[in-house]
Amino acid sequence: MRIACPFCGERELGEFTYLGDAAPKRPSAFADDGSEQPDAQDAFHDYVYLRDNIAGEMTESWYHGGGCRSWLTITRSTTTHEIKAVKAAPGAGARVAAGLAS
Amino acid sequence: MRYSIFSLARAALSGHKGWTRAWRDPQPKKHYDVVIIGGGGHGLATAYFLAREYGVRNVAVLEKGWIGSGNAGRNTTIIRSNYMLPGNIGFYELSMKLWERMEQDLNYNTMVSQRGIINLYHSDAQRDAYARRGNAMRINGIDAELLDGVQIRKVLPFLNYDNARFPIQGGLLQRRAGTARHDAVVWGYARAADSRGVDIIQNCEVTGFIRDQNGKVTGVETSRGAIGAGKVGMAVAGNSSRVAAMAGLRLPIESHVLQAFVSEAIKPLIPGVITFGAGHFYVSQSDKGGLVFGGDIDGYNSYAQRGNMPVMEDVCEGGMAIMPMIGRVRLLRQWGGIMDMSMDGTPIIDRTPVDGLYLNAGWCYGGFKATPASGLAFAHLLARDEPHEEARRFRLDRFRRGAMIDEKGQGAQPNLH
Repeated sequence: MRIACPFCGERELGEFTYLGDAAPKRPSAFADDGSEQPDAQDAFHDYVYLRDNIAGEMTESWYHGGGCRSWLTITRSTTTHEIKAVKAAPGAGARVAAGLAS
Repeated sequence: MRYSIFSLARAALSGHKGWTRAWRDPQPKKHYDVVIIGGGGHGLATAYFLAREYGVRNVAVLEKGWIGSGNAGRNTTIIRSNYMLPGNIGFYELSMKLWERMEQDLNYNTMVSQRGIINLYHSDAQRDAYARRGNAMRINGIDAELLDGVQIRKVLPFLNYDNARFPIQGGLLQRRAGTARHDAVVWGYARAADSRGVDIIQNCEVTGFIRDQNGKVTGVETSRGAIGAGKVGMAVAGNSSRVAAMAGLRLPIESHVLQAFVSEAIKPLIPGVITFGAGHFYVSQSDKGGLVFGGDIDGYNSYAQRGNMPVMEDVCEGGMAIMPMIGRVRLLRQWGGIMDMSMDGTPIIDRTPVDGLYLNAGWCYGGFKATPASGLAFAHLLARDEPHEEARRFRLDRFRRGAMIDEKGQGAQPNLH
């Protein structure tokens, strides 16, 4: 696998570190009105420990530690290792990568 | 099929044309008391122990390819019981004891060779950690010896002791550890289970679960038709999440690729198993002479059964750090297997929330050594509906209860276990 970093260009896999599935969103222990969510414990259990573990196309978080040190959101097939898309993760200079800011 | 020196001689003289099947190739029946999904070492061992220990003989093992074609045939064949935490320590020692009598139990040469494992240490802190591990083993009745620099030079004189970055100070030795012939383990369990009435059905992929109006699993849909079952056990390693998803379950598991390597054959060099403590590298020498070695998983989710170059480089660097002379040896083969990496690095042998469906998974990259105990414990669970004494902590709900068994202390990040 080689990954085309939106900031650095195509680089070899060893420069990157894998975090995992980008889909799970951290749940909130509290509702908007400040009251405790009754199912927070279940929601956190699912978030921390359970995985879809997709066989096929998956959206993942990678870190380019050996290059620009940006977090990337990569769409990749777990059955073929083919990379479909590489984007800067939200907040990681995504606007710069898209040419909207310098 | 039984083997002897006479049958071997007779077959040799007749051009090896007279060999017959070692186990039957039956058509699937309409219904079994227990259906086990997955014809690897764990599934076949489960069927064997169900028939032998628990008298459950109306059993089928369903395998989508041929038996032993997954991780049972892809591992580095190491057996050991040098664990430290309650839950693991008794279980892996049970497995070690079953390895020690496996060839007699199965009447099959599984080439169990207790040639010892040495985990090298490279710093004072690591020596202390290994002393603690060795002590935990010894108070549980497991053999462990802490070797210092002088003792280890006598056993392994060829190592690079004076590596400036990672000098070898000593090692933790378990003499009863060693290697076994992985394919023979599969074939031995298959023949022994078959002779007790177990149907081994190959080229039979499970495509769904059959459930009654209460949601209880009453059978499986397969590529060879529907098969009814009193109970269904899953022992499918890297495919655990995919099979469980057919029953609507999400598991605390990620599938990752682990690579293994074999060099060209060289003269006898390595007496047992050696592990490099400053990186991740383990090596033994097969009876054919090849160095069998491996290291870390690649670190990204994968079902591809093949890995990438950075980990190959990392593994070979680990080998070169302790044995620079293997730089002259050529790599012969390299492959990947899909590991069911659990969230705490420890397996799961438990009922699932779905009635009639049982789970054996989460072996990370330590499943081979566990094969006999995994089979015994899973058979116990399937037969009695209660956990085996030595597997009672391998529960599916332990993450919810905060009762993780995290031998490496890495937390819920499977690619670090």
